[in-house]
Amino acid sequence: MERDSQASQSLEALQDIKRMMERSSRFISLSGLSGLSAGICALVGAWIAHGWMQAYYGGDGIVTKEGYRLPEAHGLKERLILLAAGILAAALLSSMWFTWRKARRNHLPVWDHTSRKLVINILIPLAAGGFFVLGLLDHAEWDSVAPACLVFYGLALVNASKYTLTDIRYLGFMEIALGCINMYYPAWGLYFWAVGFGALHIVYGLFMWYKYERNL
Amino acid sequence: MKNPIGNLNKVFDSRIRMGVMSILLVNTEISFNDLKQLLELTDGNLASHMVNLEENGYIKVHKGFIGRKTNTTYSITRAGEKAFKEHIEALENMIRGVK
Repeated sequence: MERDSQASQSLEALQDIKRMMERSSRFISLSGLSGLSAGICALVGAWIAHGWMQAYYGGDGIVTKEGYRLPEAHGLKERLILLAAGILAAALLSSMWFTWRKARRNHLPVWDHTSRKLVINILIPLAAGGFFVLGLLDHAEWDSVAPACLVFYGLALVNASKYTLTDIRYLGFMEIALGCINMYYPAWGLYFWAVGFGALHIVYGLFMWYKYERNL
Repeated sequence: MKNPIGNLNKVFDSRIRMGVMSILLVNTEISFNDLKQLLELTDGNLASHMVNLEENGYIKVHKGFIGRKTNTTYSITRAGEKAFKEHIEALENMIRGVK
């Protein structure tokens, strides 16, 4: 009998150790609903952009290099960049809100040393990607913008997966693969972008919600 | 048969010291304030446990500054890593012993 209680105490101690190791090294409050909301924002943005491009070209919405080089394209270019910035802000704010809500429900801090590490490690590939894409825009390399966004974002997720729920590693792999394939189908950039940032986020978000939060 | 309790380390009997060691095993360096937040403790309570672990040679203390504020960080020593891993093994053996 005494050995039984010793064993259950040992088990409890080991579970405590495991919990502390996880809680101190990974940010576990990342919510699946954050992925869902970011995906919805991305799809809305892609739909608006598609409409603008279609109106501009009066055709099927496929953007060619020549099309963009027209001097009148400037208005469209600036509108698209503003739209992208707005969508990014909406996606960030909505996903931060869902993650903040999950952390609060679990009585965990949102801003601690695990979330700090997560943010820093996402930002390293993402900031590099941001500068890279700004460079592409500056050199009018439109074809490579969507693939570059996807590849750098995928790399950021793979890097971040060491500091949060490991599942985002697979989302990262898929984004990288999409970006690489997109390099060979340059005219379809917006569609690849919508799949990578929209559809994949929604599928991943629902999966994560089902796996971790369904019973919360 | 060897008594399995013999291998359990008295220093890690305290849940707080056990928590500190768990955190230090997976974080190369962590500040006093982060530890305090993770373990939900007050300054004085945590400090006494950290002194105990330091005196046993299980952790190293680094005192630095961020601006004018002191920033104390901790890391695990070789001896600390070994002792804590042995403690975990002893816990596992206790569970196996029952089966």
